[in-house]
Amino acid sequence: MSFSGLHQMLAYPFMVHALAAGAIVAVMASITGWFMVLRRETFAGHTLSAMSFPGASAALLAGVPLAAGYFGFCALGALLIAAGSRTAGRRNPSQESAVIGAVQAAALALGFLFLSLYGGVLVDLESLLFGSFLGITADQVWTLAAITVGVLAFFAIAGRPLLYTSVDELAASARGVRVRVLQVAFLVVLGLAVAATAQITGVLLVFALLVAPAAGAQQLTARIPLSIALSVLFALAIVWIGLTLAYFGNYSVGFYVSTLAFALYVVCRGGRKLLPA
Amino acid sequence: MAGRAASTSPGSAPPGDGPIATPPVIELNDAAVSLGGRTIWSDATLRIGDGEFVAVLGPNGSGKSTLLRVLLGQLPLSAGSASVLGTAPRAAKGQIGYLPQRHAFDATTRIRGVDLVRLGLDGERWGFPLPGRSDARSRVDEAIRRVGASAYARRPIGELSGGEQQRLLIAEALVARPRILFLDEPLDSLDLPNQTAVTALLNEICRSEGMTILLVAHDVNPLLPHVDRVAYVAGGKIVNGPPEQVITSETLSALYRSRIEVLHTSDGRLVVVGQPDAPSHHSDRHA
Repeated sequence: MSFSGLHQMLAYPFMVHALAAGAIVAVMASITGWFMVLRRETFAGHTLSAMSFPGASAALLAGVPLAAGYFGFCALGALLIAAGSRTAGRRNPSQESAVIGAVQAAALALGFLFLSLYGGVLVDLESLLFGSFLGITADQVWTLAAITVGVLAFFAIAGRPLLYTSVDELAASARGVRVRVLQVAFLVVLGLAVAATAQITGVLLVFALLVAPAAGAQQLTARIPLSIALSVLFALAIVWIGLTLAYFGNYSVGFYVSTLAFALYVVCRGGRKLLPA
Repeated sequence: MAGRAASTSPGSAPPGDGPIATPPVIELNDAAVSLGGRTIWSDATLRIGDGEFVAVLGPNGSGKSTLLRVLLGQLPLSAGSASVLGTAPRAAKGQIGYLPQRHAFDATTRIRGVDLVRLGLDGERWGFPLPGRSDARSRVDEAIRRVGASAYARRPIGELSGGEQQRLLIAEALVARPRILFLDEPLDSLDLPNQTAVTALLNEICRSEGMTILLVAHDVNPLLPHVDRVAYVAGGKIVNGPPEQVITSETLSALYRSRIEVLHTSDGRLVVVGQPDAPSHHSDRHA
């Protein structure tokens, strides 16, 4: 891969769209994922990505746009998880994971039910799982950018109390933070971010982008601003390098992105031992 | 000290309080609270004066944390009234520092102690915690110095020992300069030297700043040299008064409605014998 090769790559509109959409998705997923990892809601994030499957098949069955199915089911999943995961007004980790597991099983079953009712096969199972990075239109890029602005606005407004409830829920609640409202709001934002991202990256990749950069960054530093910045940087690097390798190489974007995400996490785990804090 | 003037008549539960010079900071009048249809305690009358150091004692599940939740305005009373700083508990929450009962942070919690303390200052406000405001930073540093945690406040909280974490959590509760401090079993996970050190620190804060402190504990002994008053929660009642009047065979036997003996060891410790185990409804340890 040479400089002229890169120059040539950027002459293709589909590659420019993919790189732009990838950057937007990287920023949204890494920041949402940073809070998800801190809050130990990774399993919820995974289940919300799986909601894309019944979402897509329900949309096919009902004859509505795929996006409506993605957003509808991800939001529904977020509300179900939020409703079932608390006892006596507090987060209950053991109940939470059981509820999330049950929601995920139901989601997959519903996905298959809708698919068999539809009577066909989901034409593009591979793009559901691994995305359709290279078929992105300019309109999709703008839609994605608008959703990302909304998600970032949520964190700009609610970031501090959300952080407080994430590390010290009872103390935050005693100070008047609306813990319950923030938990539901965060899960819904997570669901929307996942739905927006999954349409482009696929169900499997969105999860890689949510978890790996944030978990890697948190391994390296406990300073909050630096940790978030590293998380964004890692996600951008993973997506852009993955797209570039896919352009020049023989394998799919999904393979490169998920492999890079995994490698990054392993390197960060190893790197933690070498760093002071 | 105003609290010492209070007198109780041992053996009668709940004992009335004598006159307190200043108006009480915390007051319960014939209060009762129930959770899920079950009465946790009732007929509770409690008056805590300004600057008193109070130990809240009692078996698991007797309603010690419930008492704190009532005073924080998180739980309504089913009878009677409660006031904190002369207003409804909910209205006073900005003046209360609260250290909840918890398990320690483990190594996967990747934020620094100083970040946690900062959240105690303004974590409830909207916005995003940007590094900056130097007055906020100096207040955070002051609170950290106050608890003697400056040496390790910038390390990840999960890598610190239980005693170090507890000091930073106290700084988190203190940093907003509350008038009242609630601590729910802060000594629970600490070894004896740390229990002594943390108790002495709290006593020093209570005396030098006139802060009113309610501390929930299992064992009164580390607290005995310091506390002005004991609120004993057991058998659906709350008895309060100076420790030498409450922690007696007569008062505790009346409270538990069974034979309890309080023994004094030669080194000044108290041993309570015959204390029934936690009640059978141990589903919620926080109740």
